[in-house]
Amino acid sequence: MSGKVRRLLDWIDARFPLSAFWEKHVAGYYVPKKLNFWYLFGFLMLLALALQVLSGIWLAMIYKPDATLLPGTQTSVALASIRHFMEHVPGGKAIRYMHTTGTSLLFALMYLHIFRGLLYGSYKKPRELLWLLGMVLFWLMMMEAFFGQVLPWGQMSYWSTQVVMHLFESIPFIGKALADFLRGDYTVSGITLNRFFALHVVAVPLMLLLLVKLHLVALHAVGSTSPDGKEIREEVDLLTGKPADGVPLLSHAMHHLIAAAVFLAIFYALVCFAPALGGYFVDELNAVPADPYSTPAELRPMWYFAPFYAMLRAVPAWGGTQIWGAITITAAVLLPALLPWLDRSPVKSIRLRGWQYRAGVIVLAGCFVGLGVAGLMPPLDFVLGLSRLLTGGYFVFLIIHFFDDRA
Amino acid sequence: MQKEPQTPQGPACDPEKRRLLLAASGLAGAGVVAGMSVPFVTTLLPPEPRTAAGAPIEVDLSVLEPGRMLSLQWNNKPLWILRRTPEMLAALQGADSRLLDPHSTASEQPAYCRNPFRSINPEVWVAEGLCTHMGCIPIFSPQRTADWAGGFVCPCHAARFDLAGRVFAGSVAPRNLTIPSHCYLSANRLRIGGAETPA
Ligand code: HEM
Ligand code: FES
Repeated sequence: MSGKVRRLLDWIDARFPLSAFWEKHVAGYYVPKKLNFWYLFGFLMLLALALQVLSGIWLAMIYKPDATLLPGTQTSVALASIRHFMEHVPGGKAIRYMHTTGTSLLFALMYLHIFRGLLYGSYKKPRELLWLLGMVLFWLMMMEAFFGQVLPWGQMSYWSTQVVMHLFESIPFIGKALADFLRGDYTVSGITLNRFFALHVVAVPLMLLLLVKLHLVALHAVGSTSPDGKEIREEVDLLTGKPADGVPLLSHAMHHLIAAAVFLAIFYALVCFAPALGGYFVDELNAVPADPYSTPAELRPMWYFAPFYAMLRAVPAWGGTQIWGAITITAAVLLPALLPWLDRSPVKSIRLRGWQYRAGVIVLAGCFVGLGVAGLMPPLDFVLGLSRLLTGGYFVFLIIHFFDDRA
Repeated sequence: MQKEPQTPQGPACDPEKRRLLLAASGLAGAGVVAGMSVPFVTTLLPPEPRTAAGAPIEVDLSVLEPGRMLSLQWNNKPLWILRRTPEMLAALQGADSRLLDPHSTASEQPAYCRNPFRSINPEVWVAEGLCTHMGCIPIFSPQRTADWAGGFVCPCHAARFDLAGRVFAGSVAPRNLTIPSHCYLSANRLRIGGAETPA
C-alpha cells in the first residue's frame, strides 16, 4: 500500500473502525472450505436486492400513485404513468422490466436459498435466530411483491387486493372493520392504492434492509454450515488459531464473481429478450385497467404466489365460513419458521441423514412445486383434487421430521 | 449494599428521588407515545360511510329477454337481474343434493326470496354479483353441458353457483349469493332497495 493511502486509512481508522470492520467481516471472516453452489444464493440476493432498489427508485421518479381516471377513459393516472414511461421515455421499458424480472429472480433465489437450508440443516442450533430473521425477510418480500403488483392499478392489482382484503374480512367479528381499516375505505379504492404505494416504496423496503443487516449480523455471529455437516469453528488450527476446515471469505471471491457474472448475464438476457416470459414475469392482464365491475375470466397468480393460491383454491368452505382457506395459507407461510423445533434430529447435513429425511425433503419440495404448477392451471376438478392432496403433503412433510429424532 | 455513586459535584441524588423521577418520566413518556400514536391511527381510518349509497333504483324489465342477464351497478356493487327460461327453472329443481344450502337457511336474502327459486316471481331473479368467498364477480355461464345445468363460476377460486345463486357443496364459497330487498311496482317495473310496500 502506498504511503498516501496508508495515511488516509490511518486517518479514517482513528475516527471510524473501517479496517477493523474489513478484518472482522471480510478478510478475517472464516467460511467452510467446502462451500458449494447452494451457498451462492444469499450473496446473489444481496446483488439482486440492490438492483431492485435501483430500478425501483427510477420507477418512483415517474410513477403517479393516483387511481383517478383520465378524463373520458377507463385508464387511471397510475396505469397511464407507467405506460407513458414504457412507451415514450427512452430506456423506460428497460427500467420497468428490470424491476419485474428482478422480482421473479429474487423469489427464485429465495426459494433456492430456503431449500439449501433444508439440505444442510441450516436452521438448527445455533442458527435458529438466523433462520427466523430469514423467515421475516421472506414475509416482507411477499408483502413487498404484493404491494408492488397493486401499483399499476390494472386488473391483477384490483382483484388481488380485493381477495387479500377479503382474507381479512373472513375473520369472525372483527374482519369487516379490520379490512375497512386496511383498505382505508369500504371497497378497494384509490385510498388503498395510495397507502400501498407508501408501504411499497418506504415502509417495507426500510424494514427489508434492516432485516438483511440483522440477518448478516446473526450469520457472522455463528458462521456458515458446511455441506459435510461439520461446524468449522469447533476445530481450530492450533498454530493459527483459525478454523482448520475454514478459509477466509475472500478466498471464495472468484466463485462469487463468476456467480454474479452468470446471474447478471441471465438477468440481462431476460430483460432484453423475454421480459414477460410468457406471462410468468409480467402478466398482461395487469396492463388492462382496473375494473371493479368485471373480474377477468383468465385471472392467474404470479408464479411465486401460485403454491399458496393453489392452497386457497383447494380448501372448501365448511361450517358456514371460508376462513379455513385463509388459515391454511397463513399456516403454510408461518410454519417453516418453526423448523428449528420441528426437526429434532441433531444431524445437520442431508449427507449424513437417513433415507427418511432425504425422501421427506424431496416430497416436501415436490408438493410445493406441484402446488405452484397446480395454482397456474385452470380449476379443473383433477387440479383441485391434486391441490388438496399436495396441500396435505406439504403440511405432513413439514411436520413429520418431528418424529425423526435419530442422531 | 453498594456505596452511593459519587459525581464530581458531590453525592448523586438519593435513591428515593431517583425512583420517583424515573417513574414520573416513564409515565410522561408513555403518555406522550400514546397521545402521539393517535393520529397515526385516525389518519388511516376510512372516511364517513357514504350515506347516498343504497338509495333504491327502478328497473324496466320489459327489454329483458328470457335467458339474458342484466348487470347493473348499485350500492357500489354489481347487481344482476336474470330472466330465467323454463328450462333453467326446471334445472333448479332436483339438484338439491349437490348444493351446500339448498333452502337458503344461512344466506342473506329477504324472507320472500327464501324459496327454491330465490325470487318473488320464479322467472326474474335479482342478486348481488359478489362471490361470498373473497368478493370477486362470478361469471354467468348458462351453457349447459353433460354435468353442468348452467350457473355461475367464479374466476378467482372456482366457486360454483346454480342459476338461483345457490353454492355447490365442496366450493370454497360458504354461502349462497346475497339477494337485496326488492319489489314490483308493476308487472315489468322492479324497484331494488328501499321499503318493500307495493305488491
Ligand atoms: C432478502 C433476502 C435474503 C438475503 C439478502 C439473504 C442473505 C444471506 C447471505 C448473504 C447468506 C450467506 C451466504 C449463503 O449462505 O447463501 C445467508 C445465509 C443464510 N440465510 Fe439468508 N438471505 C435472505 C433470505 C433468507 C430466507 C428467506 C431464509 C430462510 C428462512 C434465510 C436463511 C438463511 C440461513 C439459515 C443462512 C445460513 C445458511 C448456512 O450457513 O447453512 N435467508 N443469507
Ligand atoms: S372469490 Fe369467488 S371463489 Fe374466491
